[in-house]
Amino acid sequence: MLKVHRDICGYCGCCVSVCKEGALELIDAYLEVGPGCTDCGVCAKACPVGALEVGRE
Amino acid sequence: MKKHYDLLMIGGGPAGAIAARTAAKAGLSACIVEKRPAIGAPVRCAEGIGMESLAEFVEPDPCFISAEMQRAAVVAPDGTTMMLDSESAGGKVGYVLDRKVFDRELVWQAAEAGADVAVKTRASAPIMSDGKICGATLEFCGTKTDVMADVVVAADGVESKFSKWCGVDTTVPLREIMSSAQYIVTDIDIDPHCTVFCLGNNVAPQGYLWVFPKGDRTANVGIGISGIKSGNGHRAKDYLDRYMASKFPNGKTIEWIVGGVSVCRPLACTVADGLIIAGDAARVVDPLTGGGIYNAMYTGDLAAKVAIDAIEKGDTSKDALMTYDKQWRESTMGKTIERNYHIKEYMINLTDAKLNAIIQTATSINLKEFSTLQLAKELLKRNPKLILELAVLKNLIT
Ligand SMILES: Cc1cc2nc3c(=O)[nH]c(=O)nc-3n(C[C@H](O)[C@H](O)[C@H](O)COP(=O)(O)OP(=O)(O)OC[C@H]3O[C@@H](n4cnc5c(N)ncnc54)[C@H](O)[C@@H]3O)c2cc1C
Repeated sequence: MLKVHRDICGYCGCCVSVCKEGALELIDAYLEVGPGCTDCGVCAKACPVGALEVGRE
Repeated sequence: MKKHYDLLMIGGGPAGAIAARTAAKAGLSACIVEKRPAIGAPVRCAEGIGMESLAEFVEPDPCFISAEMQRAAVVAPDGTTMMLDSESAGGKVGYVLDRKVFDRELVWQAAEAGADVAVKTRASAPIMSDGKICGATLEFCGTKTDVMADVVVAADGVESKFSKWCGVDTTVPLREIMSSAQYIVTDIDIDPHCTVFCLGNNVAPQGYLWVFPKGDRTANVGIGISGIKSGNGHRAKDYLDRYMASKFPNGKTIEWIVGGVSVCRPLACTVADGLIIAGDAARVVDPLTGGGIYNAMYTGDLAAKVAIDAIEKGDTSKDALMTYDKQWRESTMGKTIERNYHIKEYMINLTDAKLNAIIQTATSINLKEFSTLQLAKELLKRNPKLILELAVLKNLIT
């Protein structure tokens, strides 16, 4: 499960652009994770501030 | 808002705004939909643009210009600085904009020309019929509305979801996303007319760090690093914080900015039936500099021109819209992207020692024309051996 640390996220869309599945979307000041997410972790790596975390929950 | 427009622009950045302005000026009905509540904010940009590039689309106005640039400095990993000056009269080469005001001005001009604008309105799905894109579902405060259009211009920036929903793969490879962070820092000692670019694998792996002045003692201090170099403890923000601590420990941060810049090749095809993809959404950012404001305006304008022609002729199929794809690829912008992509691919593999050696061959260069092409030519003159390593560029540069 992809976890969005909302207190860190800057809602910039960097993660959205690298998501092959199109599972992420910025809706207002809110990053939505859709059912297509495969926990591949590419978004978590690309995030400039470390707001995304895969697994562990 | 009407139920049908000639052109519907998804996104109110420079690409969408210029497309709407061009269409409205030609007498067509046009509408910009922007999902954010305010045009231009939050800013996702270092705001640098060449003087002539800006003037091609808007009259420079002090209201959206933060500072005028006269020179640039490239700092090697070992600290060696190469100064780039311009031979042109007056020496002014570029601007650092105030994008909040600039983006709003462009939308304003589109509205004045007759375009409709809807903010806090998100395109949530394309409307398709027989594989042709013929509009978009728009969401505003919980209500959904279908709006039809002869041509939809996807100008939705780095996220580029609209085209993805239409079946175009817009995914940026991880290694080609510049994971970026920037602070607007004030109360710092800077040269207020010089943009600074710092290179090095410990400074900004496969990217660069920049200081773009916004006034006498204020600057955009930011960084972009490759997505593959990013991870816990070594993210864009970590590198930036380290630089800030060493260079501007007493600077005051008045704005916190994050973002992603694509430095991949443009999309293989930037049109579909009823759809034109423009600006960052089409991945037309300059892969070497990360500059995309001009390219967004250029493709936005061209998208509208081609759409106007196609609508007049009653054919907005992919084949008819291909003129757009062909024209931007053949333009100076298209050729610059291709050339700079190769230079970028070469640069990211350089060791710090090699970068130092190249920059040490010229501590100051006077450029006839202030461009990456002129700089590349000058550096090749001083490092003739480079041409062997850059064989693929031989025809593109010399
Ligand atoms: C850190 C950073 C530094 C940069 N520095 C520079 C620089 O110095 N010089 C330069 O030239 N370029 C720079 N760029 C690149 C530049 O910001 C972009 O190239 C430029 O903004 C592209 O314009 P655009 O109109 O294509 O997209 P954008 O300006 O991104 O506009 C797209 C708009 O579409 C909206 N949108 C997205 N999805 C939807 C939807 N579904 N419905 C409705 N609206 C939607 C977004 O909210 C956004 O407002 C930088 C980028 C970053 C991140």
